[in-house]
Parts: sequence; C-alpha cells; structure tokens
Amino acid sequence: MTILQVENLEARHGLLIAVRGISFSVTEGETLALVGANGAGKTTLMRSIAGAHRPHAGRITFDGKDVTAMPAHRRNGLGIALVPEGRRLFTGMTVEENLKVAGAHGRKGAWTLETVLQAFPQLKPKLKARAGDLSGGQQQATAIGRALMTNPRLLLLDEVSLGLSPLAVDQVYDSLHGLMNGGTTIILVEQDLSRALGVASRIACMLEGSIVLEGAAKELNREQITAAYFGLNRVAEKA
Amino acid sequence: MNFVNQVLQGALLGGFYALLACGLSFLYGVMRIINLAHGSLAIFAAFLLFDFANYTNLSPFIGLALALPAMALVGVILQFTVLDRSLKSGPLIPILSTFGVAVILDNGMFEYYGANSNSLGPAIGDLAFNSWNLTDTLYVGQLDALIFGTAVVVLGGLSFILARTPIGRTIRATADDPAIVELIGVNPRVVYAVAVAIAMVLVGIAGAFLGMRASFAPYDGGNLLIFAFETVVIGGLGSLWGTLIGGIVLGVSQNIGAEISPSGFLIAGHAVFLVILIARTFGAGSILGKIRFKRSAA
Repeated sequence: MTILQVENLEARHGLLIAVRGISFSVTEGETLALVGANGAGKTTLMRSIAGAHRPHAGRITFDGKDVTAMPAHRRNGLGIALVPEGRRLFTGMTVEENLKVAGAHGRKGAWTLETVLQAFPQLKPKLKARAGDLSGGQQQATAIGRALMTNPRLLLLDEVSLGLSPLAVDQVYDSLHGLMNGGTTIILVEQDLSRALGVASRIACMLEGSIVLEGAAKELNREQITAAYFGLNRVAEKA
Repeated sequence: MNFVNQVLQGALLGGFYALLACGLSFLYGVMRIINLAHGSLAIFAAFLLFDFANYTNLSPFIGLALALPAMALVGVILQFTVLDRSLKSGPLIPILSTFGVAVILDNGMFEYYGANSNSLGPAIGDLAFNSWNLTDTLYVGQLDALIFGTAVVVLGGLSFILARTPIGRTIRATADDPAIVELIGVNPRVVYAVAVAIAMVLVGIAGAFLGMRASFAPYDGGNLLIFAFETVVIGGLGSLWGTLIGGIVLGVSQNIGAEISPSGFLIAGHAVFLVILIARTFGAGSILGKIRFKRSAA
C-alpha cells in the first residue's frame, strides 16, 4: 500500500531551485535510501515532506491525504517524523526530557520511553545527562529516539551517519536494522553508499534537484549508482 | 542600625522588583521578545483591581481571582493579534510593536481614568502600613513581607512548572528551537500564547502589589519598565532566580543611595545597573579568562 506520494514537487531557496519537479512514491514498510552529492536537494526534499520547508509547486499525499499545505506539527500528528540533519536536539534539556517532550505531543503507540531505551540501550546511563554534553553517536540515538517517541508511520532520517565515528555509525545502524525489520517505513538520506545499499530496499539517486536513478537495491549495482551520483551518465550523453 | 534597616527595606523592595520583572524575564526567555508594554500592562492590571475595589467594596485580593484570568486573556489576544505577526518579521518589529501597545495603553488609560494618582492602599486596610518591629530601628512591613514571600513562591512555582511538568518541558523546548518542536507535534503558536498568558498573570500580580504599596497613574508604566529591565539585566536575562537576586541588588542599591543622599535613590540604582551592564558587555569573565590564560601560558 502506498503511504507517501510525491508529485511534481518543486522546492526553492529564494531564486535557487533545490528540488526540480520530483515524483516518487513509498509503500508501507519499505526503506527508501536517497543518495546524492552535497547540494543535490535531498535535505530540502526531506524537509518538504516533513512540512519544515514550504514547497513552491507540486503535491505531497500521505496516507491518501493531501498534506502539501499542512503545517509540520499536524503532519507529525498524522505520523510523519523527521530526524533532521545535525540532530538539532534541545541541548539544554536532558536526554529524558528530550524524549518525554516528544512523547507528550506525538501519536500514541508502541514507542514509549521504555521501548526507545530498549532500541537504543546506550542512552540508558545517559538519561539524566544534558543532550548537549553527549557524544555524537549518543546525540544521534537521542534524535532518532525523540522522533520514535511520536510513533511515526513514516520516519525520515537525514544524514544519520554525518560526523559520527565508525563505531557510533555501527551502533546507530544496528538499532535502525531493528526498526526496519519491525516494519517501520523509512526514507533515509545517506552519503555512504555501502550503508545505503546495506539497509535499503529501494535506492533513489538525486542530482541537481532531480531523481536521476531509481530502483530496487538488489537490482542496482554500485557502478550504476556511482555514475548517477556524479552525473557521469549526463556527461556521456552530452559527449 | 539605620543603615541595616535600609538594607533590609531594600531587600524587601527587591521582592517587588523581582515580581515585576519575572514576567519580562520569562517572556524574553521563551520568545526572545523584550516587551516594552510590560510596565503599562502592570498599571493596567492595577487599574482593573482599582475599578473592582471601587465598584464592589471587596478586597483587591478577591479581585485577583477575576483580574488574573482577565490578564491571561489579554495575553492570548496580544499574542494572536500583535506578537505572532510581528515575530515573523525579525527581532526589531516585536520590540516596536510592544512599544506601540504601551503607547495605546498609556493614552487609553489617561483618557479613561485621567491624570490623577490612585492607590489600592485604602482597600487593603491595616495591611498597607502595619509592620513587625524587630528592634527599635529595625522593622519589616507586613505588606512588603507578603510581596517578598509571593515573589519567592511565584518564582519557585514557575521554576517547578518549567522543570517538572509536561507544559514546562514544552515551553523550554519551544524556547530552545521553535522549528524543531513543530516536527514533534507541537504548535509553537499555541505554546507562545500560553507563555504570554503566564507572563500576563505575572504582570497582573505585580500590578496588584504595585497598587497596594504605592500610588499609580496612567503614565507610570515607563518608569516601572525601567526598574523591571534593570532587575532583569542585573539578574541575567532569562534567569528566574537571577531575577530575585537582581531585584534585591537594585532595591538595596536604591535604599543605600537614598541613605547617602535624598536624591540618591534612583541614581544609585541606575549606577549599579550600568556597572553590571558594562561588566557583562565588556566581559568581566573574559578579563578573568585572559588572566588565567596568561598564567597557564607562563
């Protein structure tokens, strides 16, 4: 069943067109990895879906409802949660407070403080620590946990491995595997192709605001994605 | 001994300043708005209670039960008609907007009540002037003690709400990052409306005690704003308990100034405020940091 439908979406930053008429859909339970170089428009696309960026044109439908003009807090109420690039935790508050504040306003469901701590056991000893004092990996786990506390039906993860040590990335991805196996629908922005290929059921590669390659992860090979990632196909076409 | 009494009276006066300033500090802490209508709104609350006491002959303390919800409603209206719109236009517009609100309030009250000074003192009977004499030269006014106690309870209650309750956590999260709270299902406009309503309740309490301990007139809001602002700056912007310390420092400074010279009350308060402002701006901390750096380098 299609849970998210994006049609001819265009998003801008002033005069700069960051997302150019993108269309795609996501079915319930799948993990879609968005890959692409810096500036390809991935983050703007994610923020547009979450309601944090107002699109210039196009339509976003979530679970059959047109959410294009809906504010972010109402989209979250429907089940869309974004883990933003850079974590953006409430740094003056404790880990427990970061999680509880999300739990108090999000949808009710299976995700509670206890289940989030089961998924991210590294947070248990840090519950009373200020979020700003945590390591990068612990902050990322808190940011994902905060989003999960709203019991999302669609989880948007923007650059979860950015700035983390390889060990911290492993820990975060171990926890993400649990979510994916549990049937949570995920759109993942990831710069690391190996990670993306390892977890995603589908890959979409963005270049200069457009999706230039899309397909099932097991049907695409690394060379195809790398060529799309760097725009080598276009160079070849022009030549 | 008279000097000690002046310090004691100054500290008690600090309780009033803390009560007056905590709404200003709270609103800045949550919304980063410096509300220039703060003093005028306190005068407005005092006039609300003055009318209540005149028309009903009941104690202003009973009137607070009506005035505080009314002030909360004023806050919600203020948020959705003025602040919400002006917040979208950068940091300067909210300051100018609240200045406009102050001008409208001051002139509206002048038009309605006239220029005469008024007081709620007669409506609270003996409480206005009764005191406990600790020694021959040392005394504590009962109303001043009540105001100081109220300030401690209000600041303690507000700190508890912010630290321990879901709405408090939501307010702190919104103050930290209003864009991100939207992503976890919070409507920041509603949180801001709650914050302004709380700030207006605090202004209402301060206005009530202002009317009980002194006289007030429609154009007194500006002076009150200065005292509130000085208290907040001395105590640290956005810090609730700092507000109480700021109020005490300001009140004690003013009373010591008055002890030195009859005209020294205001000057001493302003002077202490300026010294602390300069120290904060040019960084007593950074000077200490340089000294430490030189020592460690050596």
